[in-house]
Formats: sequence, C-alpha cells, structure tokens
Amino acid sequence: MQIEEKFEPTIVAFCCNWCSYAGADLSGTNRLQYPANVKIIRVPCSCRVNPMFILRAFQRGADGVILCGCHPGDCHYTTGNYYARRRMTLLFSMLDFLGIERERTRLEWVSAAEGAKFAATMNDFVETVTRLGKNRRLEDLRCNK
Amino acid sequence: MQRIGVFVCWCGSNIAATVDVKAVAEALGKEPGVVFFEDYQYMCSEEGQNKIKNAIKDYALTGAVICSCSPRMHENTFRKAAAAAGINSFMVEIANIREQCSWIHKDKVSATEKAIVLGRAAIAKLHLNAPLTAGESPVVKRALVIGGGIAGIQTALDIADAGFEVDIVEKKPTIGGKMSQIDKTFPTLDCAACILTPKMVDVAQSEKIRIFAYSEVEAVKGFVGNFNVSIRKKARYVDEVKCTGCGLCTEKCPQKKVPNDFNLGLDQKRAIYIPFAQAVPKIATIDADYCTMLKTGKCGVCSKVCTAGAIDYKQKDTVLEEQYGAIVVATGFNPIELTKYDEFAYSQSPDVITSLEFERITNAAGPTGGTLLRPSDGTHPHKIVFVQCVGSREDGNGCGKTYCSKICCMYTAKHAMLTREKYPDTEVYVFYIDVRTPGKNFDEFYRRAVEEYGVHYIKGMVGKVSPENGKLMVRASDLIEGKQLLIDADLVVLAAAIEPDKSARPLATMLTASMDTNDFFTEAHPKLRPVESPTAGIFLSGCCQGPKDIPETVAQASACAAKVIGLLNKDKLTCNACVAHPDEMLCNGCSTCEKVCPYGAITYESKEFRMPDRTTRIRRVASVNPAVCQGCGACTVACPSGAMDLHGFSNRQIMAEVDAICK
Repeated sequence: MQIEEKFEPTIVAFCCNWCSYAGADLSGTNRLQYPANVKIIRVPCSCRVNPMFILRAFQRGADGVILCGCHPGDCHYTTGNYYARRRMTLLFSMLDFLGIERERTRLEWVSAAEGAKFAATMNDFVETVTRLGKNRRLEDLRCNK
Repeated sequence: MQRIGVFVCWCGSNIAATVDVKAVAEALGKEPGVVFFEDYQYMCSEEGQNKIKNAIKDYALTGAVICSCSPRMHENTFRKAAAAAGINSFMVEIANIREQCSWIHKDKVSATEKAIVLGRAAIAKLHLNAPLTAGESPVVKRALVIGGGIAGIQTALDIADAGFEVDIVEKKPTIGGKMSQIDKTFPTLDCAACILTPKMVDVAQSEKIRIFAYSEVEAVKGFVGNFNVSIRKKARYVDEVKCTGCGLCTEKCPQKKVPNDFNLGLDQKRAIYIPFAQAVPKIATIDADYCTMLKTGKCGVCSKVCTAGAIDYKQKDTVLEEQYGAIVVATGFNPIELTKYDEFAYSQSPDVITSLEFERITNAAGPTGGTLLRPSDGTHPHKIVFVQCVGSREDGNGCGKTYCSKICCMYTAKHAMLTREKYPDTEVYVFYIDVRTPGKNFDEFYRRAVEEYGVHYIKGMVGKVSPENGKLMVRASDLIEGKQLLIDADLVVLAAAIEPDKSARPLATMLTASMDTNDFFTEAHPKLRPVESPTAGIFLSGCCQGPKDIPETVAQASACAAKVIGLLNKDKLTCNACVAHPDEMLCNGCSTCEKVCPYGAITYESKEFRMPDRTTRIRRVASVNPAVCQGCGACTVACPSGAMDLHGFSNRQIMAEVDAICK
C-alpha cells in the first residue's frame, strides 16, 4: 500500500515594504516559527499588488495567496492600503465565484511591530490551506511542462 | 542575457546552521544566466564585499544576487559594493534567507529548499532589472517645529544654534506649553518658570527663530527636504507689530467672566488677555467667544485704552505658505478627561482636582497666589488624599490607558513633599499601585517624601470618593494591612493619565507619519532611531512619542535637533530611484493615475506622436515627476490600460518572482 505523502501547499505572501515585510523580519528576529511553505515577495505598498499577480500565482499552481499591508490609516503612502482593500474585496469574491475558496485568499494588516501576529497569521493560513488541499482551479497545466 | 553572480552568506551560523549554504549555491548556480556562485561566512564583511567586487570584475557580471539577511539590513551595503565594482547599484537583488528562512525554520531540508526557491525568485527578478539612476533634490535649509512646549523650544534653540532657520508653530497665544503651568520640578525642586522663561526669551531673541503663536498647521505637502506647509495664523484681533504687551487692555476690559484656561478654569480672565506675565510673544489676544465688541459691536474699551492703537476688530485669519526641509513634531500631552471617572467624584465636587490643577493652586502666579486653598470654600485643607494611576495601567477595556504615564509617581511625591514642607499640620495620604522611580536621584527623592516628610504611602486603590458635609469621604483598601480605610479628606488630587494632544492624530495623517494604538507617534526604530519617524524628514520630540519627564524631554529634543541639523546640513538628497513611468504609447490620458497619486507627482501634458501613416497626432499623456514620486505603485494598478509601471518593482519582475516561487 502506498503511503500518502503529506500535502505541502505553495503559499505566496505579498508584503508591503514598510509594515508587513518589517513585521515578517521581526518575527524572524524573534525566532517565531511558521511553515516553510510561505514565500514572501516584497512590494513597496499593498496597493502595488495587481490582481493579475494573484491570478498568475493560482495559474502557476499556488494553493493560497495572502496580501499583508499596513493597518488602515497607517499606510506609508497615506492611502495605498485602502485601494488594496477595495481591490482585494472584489477580487477575492470573484475568485470565490470561480471556485477558489474564500479561505485560500487573505488580506491581513500587519504592522512593523507585529512579528508575533505575522507568524500567527502565517501558521493559521498554512493550516487552513493545507486542510483545503491542492488547488486545481485556474491552474494552467501548460505551465508545468 | 544577464551574467549573474550568486553569493550565499552563512552569516556565521545564523544561516548556515539551518540552511545548507553550499547546496543552495550549487543549486542556484544551475539557474539560467548564472555564471558564478560562491558562499562565504560573512558577505557583509570587507572580505565578503571584496569577493563580490572581484567576481563582478573577473566574470564581467551584470548583476548580483545576494542570499543573506533582510534587504532592510544590508541592501545598501551590497548596492554600494556593486557600484564600487562598476555596475549599477540597482543590479543587486537580495534573497532574504535569514529573517525569512533560517531563523523561522528548524528543519534543514525544507529550509534549504525554501532558500533555493527564494534565490530563484531573486534571480528571475534580476533578469529583468535595468540600471536606474536616482535623481537629486535640493534641501530647503529651514526647519519647522510644531509645538512650542519645552520640547519644541529646546529643539528650535539647538537647530538655531547650529545656524539654521527654525519656525515654531504654537496653537496657544504663547509658547511655553505645560511646563509654564508647573510650579516646581522634581527631583531638584527648582521653580519651573525660573528655568523655562529664560529659554523662552532666548527663542524670542534668536535671529534664526520665528514664532508663529496662535497658529496651526493646516496642510503639509511635499517630501523630505521640500515640505510645503500651510500655516493658519488665527486672528488675535490685535496687531502683533503694534502691541507692546503693556497689559492695560487686559485690566480695563469689562468682560470679566471668561474661564481662564491657563489656570485650567480655576479662575477667570478678561475677554482680552495675556496668558501669563512672561508670555512669549507678549501680545494680547481677544477671545472672540466672549468679547462683547466682536459679538454685539458695542464696547470697544480695549481699543480706547490702547495707546499703541493695536486693537483691530476686523482682523481675519491668514494662511501662510512656507517651505521647510525638515519637520519636528513636538505636540506634547494632555491629562485625560476625568468625566468618566465618577467614582472619584471629579465632576461632583470642586475639591476633587487633577494634579495639574494642584500645580496651578500651589503656583505663586496661580489663582490663589500660591496659597494652598480648597477651590470650593477657600479654606486651608488639613487632610489631602493623592490618588495615583487614575486612568493609567488599566486593562484596556475601560476608559483608561494601558500604559504607565511615567511622571505621576514623581510629581505626586513632589506635591506631597511640598505640602508637608509648607503646611506641616496637613496630613497627606498617597494611594498607589506601585511606586516607579527610575531616574537619576528619583528614588532618593521619593524616599525623602516618606522618611523625612512623613507622607503616608498606602498600597491600594481608592474605591470611591463621596462628598459629604463639606468633606470628601475616601473609601479605599490598604493591600498590605489587608483592611478597608475611610478617610475624611478636605482635598483629593487625582494623578490623571497623560495622553497625546488631540491635535496629534490629524497632524499624523497630514504628515503620513505612523502612530501606535495610543496615538503616540511611532519611531523609526524603537532602540536605534528613537527620534525619527519612519517617514523621512519627520522628527519626534518630547511626549508626542511617549510619556516623558522634563529631563528626558530635553534630552530627546536635543537629540532630535542633532538629527535635523544632519539633514539640513546636506545640500542635496538622493531621490527614490524606483519611480513610476508611463508607456506613452499605451496611455490614453484618462487621469485615473493622477487621482490615486498621493503626492501629486503625475501631471498631464499634450505630446506630438508620429502615427504609422506618417501623420502626427497630439495626445494627452501622463507624465511623472521623478523628484516627487515616492514609488508606491498605486498608479500602476489603477491604470486601466496598463500603461504605468514601476521601476524596480515592475509588473514583469513581480510576475517573474511569482513564477519562480510557484514552479
């Protein structure tokens, strides 16, 4: 009998440079553990994340995408995270409609001082996505060639 | 095709203990375009940097990927090394395999795999990097200090001392702030006015300092080195140039029933007033809410008595536009409102007062001329209860603050000591949770209050204060003796928690400076950059950053000035090189990007384009001012035709990273 291998999801995290990326660094400095499935992409601001990037991630086989930005009102560029919030609300509900469960996408506010929150969020997100299993929707098999 | 070098850092054992650095280097060496790979113990060391420089020269590299600590740590170090070796500094990408890999994982296999993926993403991004040149912007050699308390005064004096021009904006009619209301200062007990007013005079006499008193900052535009600030000078109804500050008008004004906010409403002033004798600038101000002339048009007494002809009932607010290179926030603090603390009967009895009100009552220039008298009947109190931590160190669910207000223990000890010294027949009780006296000569001071002056310190909280027959019945528990106490006090003094001034929150929004949950300004680094805001060009002085006593405030104010001087001393600042840029062929001139830009960096211009059929057409296209653009990328996503892109974080670069991670 074949032993089923534990499913390891691929998770893409977009982190804004000023708050969340610094928060992620802080969780590292404090040695707060979270799974290696999470790979972080640094962007200047959460509003830099084009919905295309998230679609692309799912197309290429990501199982979950999380976007982290500064808390509302604290954006380094004043208003960027508000744009991100509106955009992601729309995108996430559209993805849900397309069959990518709402739990696979997340928008979270993590400040530069919230290393513990960053680690906790990532632990929770990885667990949630692992439970959901592999994402097949939007996946473009041509990419795997 | 790029020629890429990969450099994997061990960071001693920080990375090498959890990540197989050699395996990472070898795996990344097989990536397309990688012509060189190496691992080394400390890439950031001089030796490590030399390895990078030599490899760039020897292998004619066009770019370098450094797998090391966070780019927030050493990106600049490696960029400088690359530039020294002759390639553009933006041809360096960092894969963060320490903070975001080795330090957060324990399993060596998965950590190594992750490090390889992060390295791959950096290589994929670097393939699409292009050399960038950062522009330069000039620095306006003048600083703005917002708030004229001791923090603002000290910062302004130090900046002026270094030869730069400073403007102070103060919302009250005079500078001086909270310190001018205080009677004595701990732990030396020297009089606050005696040490503050000479500094106020220095400010007034300095050629480099301009004071905009009775003014507020209305709008802030621009960026570090080039802030454009609108300052609203509120109408005083008195000509600042003509007024000599003689004070005759303040004696003759018939409207006598104006609450005196300088004395916290404990007495009354006239409708035209000078807050206190040593005010700077010493100019009278008319309170428009109470002035009969301004309200009904009938009076004009002040105008008649003023020999200088300074009264101007038609004066209007004026808005000044000024330019600054740096902005210092020194907005200070206020005691919290105690209306929600009904158990202490603050709103029921005039004999329940805050510590700041107690300062005014004991101050020689205060409402009682310095004699300690009860506000209700003007009698001398024989039993005084001080309650500490009113609104401080609460659980956060109530109306109070979670933090320690820091100054209350010391000023309560001061009040208790001064009371016992001046009126030895008075019994003084202090109720505390903990007595916190870290500071030079602070604990000695507190012990003197207990041991030499016989102040009764009782560990425990006051449960209720109820006014009965002219007395204040204080019900409290003594935690050490384990019993309930009932004290018939004549005066109850509450050490109210301090909170940031209410003007700080809207100001932070204007400055795009971040705040914590308590509305204190956040510093760029809690330990290493305590006087700078994360927003470039914004500096923090005094209690706007956290509760502080006077010595600490002055120390921070001077530190803040040193940072400002460092900035103003530069002639030019390097701009952000990662700016937005439109593809003019794709831009349809819809103005969407212009609307989302928080800096007003995008304008539209009409340009001539040669069409394929050899005709010329004039089209309206977006244009980005690289000196103003801060590179947030809001416009890049908002653009419906995808014409806008961001240098350093282009659509293709981020897509390449996504692809590399999801492979």
